[in-house]
Amino acid sequence: MLILECPYCGVKAEETELSPGYEAHLKRFGPGSSDDEFNDYMFARKNPKGVHFERWRHAYGCGKWFLAARCTATLEVFGTYPAQSSEPPADLVAKIKAKRPDWSGYK
Amino acid sequence: MKRYSVFAIAREAMSYHLGWERAWAAPQPKKEYDAIIIGAGGHGLATAYYLGKNHGIRNVAIIEKGWLGGGNTGRNTTIIRSNYLQDPSAAIYDKALKLYEDLSQDLNYNVMFSPRGLLMLAQTHHEVRGYLRTVHANTLQGVATEWISPARVKELVPIINIDGPRYPILGALYQARGGTARHDAVAWGYARACSAMGMDIIQQCEVTGVRSENGVVKGVETTKGYIGTKKLGIVVAGHSGQVADMAGFRLPIEAVALQALVSEPIKPCMDVVVMANTVHGYMSQSDKGEMVIGGGTDGFNNFTQRGSFHHIEETLRALVETFPMISRLKMLRQWGGIVDMTGDRSPIISKTPLGNCFINCGWGTGGFKAIPGSGWAMADLMARGEPGPLAADFNMWRFREGQFIDESVAAGVAH
Ligand SMILES: Cc1cc2nc3c(=O)[nH]c(=O)nc-3n(C[C@H](O)[C@H](O)[C@H](O)COP(=O)(O)OP(=O)(O)OC[C@H]3O[C@@H](n4cnc5c(N)ncnc54)[C@H](O)[C@@H]3O)c2cc1C
Ligand SMILES: [Zn+2]
Repeated sequence: MLILECPYCGVKAEETELSPGYEAHLKRFGPGSSDDEFNDYMFARKNPKGVHFERWRHAYGCGKWFLAARCTATLEVFGTYPAQSSEPPADLVAKIKAKRPDWSGYK
Repeated sequence: MKRYSVFAIAREAMSYHLGWERAWAAPQPKKEYDAIIIGAGGHGLATAYYLGKNHGIRNVAIIEKGWLGGGNTGRNTTIIRSNYLQDPSAAIYDKALKLYEDLSQDLNYNVMFSPRGLLMLAQTHHEVRGYLRTVHANTLQGVATEWISPARVKELVPIINIDGPRYPILGALYQARGGTARHDAVAWGYARACSAMGMDIIQQCEVTGVRSENGVVKGVETTKGYIGTKKLGIVVAGHSGQVADMAGFRLPIEAVALQALVSEPIKPCMDVVVMANTVHGYMSQSDKGEMVIGGGTDGFNNFTQRGSFHHIEETLRALVETFPMISRLKMLRQWGGIVDMTGDRSPIISKTPLGNCFINCGWGTGGFKAIPGSGWAMADLMARGEPGPLAADFNMWRFREGQFIDESVAAGVAH
């Protein structure tokens, strides 16, 4: 059972209380961008087997979106952080790097 | 290869059944092949088979990191139907269904294809409208399906409760030609036929890299060393993103877990396949008597081949209301598979940015039924280097062009 701590209300929520929102930190491209950029933004996904940064919503709690770092191969949760972050916090990245030395890092 | 037949059984009976040969060989990889297929699931094996049978390309290796048929092909609920909404889907799924109809004869291997009829229940008014639309689309496509009344549903499925109150049966989309097949046998039958054509099925061998030169594929790095090839087919379902990454491109795919479970065996009680999309429940009875039940997908990226517990509860809770008699059945086993989901819930059979490298993936929750048709179309694509009519619409650039083949309909799951 997947349990994530909502960074806003501090509740340790189990997955039935949450809505998944897939890949986080997508850079948005709109009018004026190239077709490739728009295509990648809309459809291409990293879908890694390993460390994944993703969006979740505390749907049956405070209702807010937040972000999580999780391993898709083991379901280990590294941490959660507010949705207002343009990239994962440095201490979380360091923590993941310590646990997964082979990880290529956040790109 | 010795043919299987009633005479073979009689002959082998005389010698205590010690004379049966291995169904397929276990070769070491050669240095180079005309074509390599990564992934010995149903789609990979069928691709190899039709490369040999339809196009005479037999210097082929199928490379599998685990055991053949151990991926989603060996984990699915084996529902076969062809009544999809969009024309390109109807074409390839109906091609597959037609090939299934005499696949046992073609492969000389009993795949236990059982066209027992398949019902997709409408339990909301939204579904009623959706299925009526599908009936009309199928009529134009020449795929025989019909809309049936709740009374007819009850006649076909006596154990069903049509009155609700939560999930009343408002009718069903019925495809009499739909049904099931033995999943392992489909993989084994194709594997045996490929091996008999001289192809190498290399198990316990993981592809770890793709080597290319000037934008054209040259070979693959594997745990058994480097193997050269003129053409490469990537047919790895849940791991498509990983192998595509080795080949240098990205896909519009995310991998999630889908689960299924079976009950203890009971006497025959339901001789059709029933799908209830609103509640994400699917049920048929296996020849052993187990009720085979498929559930919903998890909504997050996952490679663990086990799904969330709450889906089991949700699926069973809904099915118990629809089939009250299963309320006291014990469940024997539960498992998950990693399914490769595209945005429009349709597969990809396509050339790729890398020359002579082709991909077949994105079958997600519903590709078992497509195995023969998909292999047929993929072999054609690999042999000629250009897609034929079955594959053309399923190219990986359709997303960019906005030409979706939208099969996501009401339930978002397309078994
Ligand atoms: C629980 C469940 C229920 C389902 N129910 C149905 C149903 O009722 N009807 C239906 O039509 N479909 C159903 N499906 C979907 C269906 O199972 C799949 O679409 C289909 O089996 C995919 O076949 P495949 O050959 O593409 O993939 P797989 O059978 O998964 O084969 C891919 C193979 O590639 C191998 N591989 C991966 N990476 C590598 C690598 N790097 N090197 C070498 N080998 C590699 C894997 O080990 C695997 O054996 C269901 C799926 C699941 C999980
Ligand atoms: Zn919260």
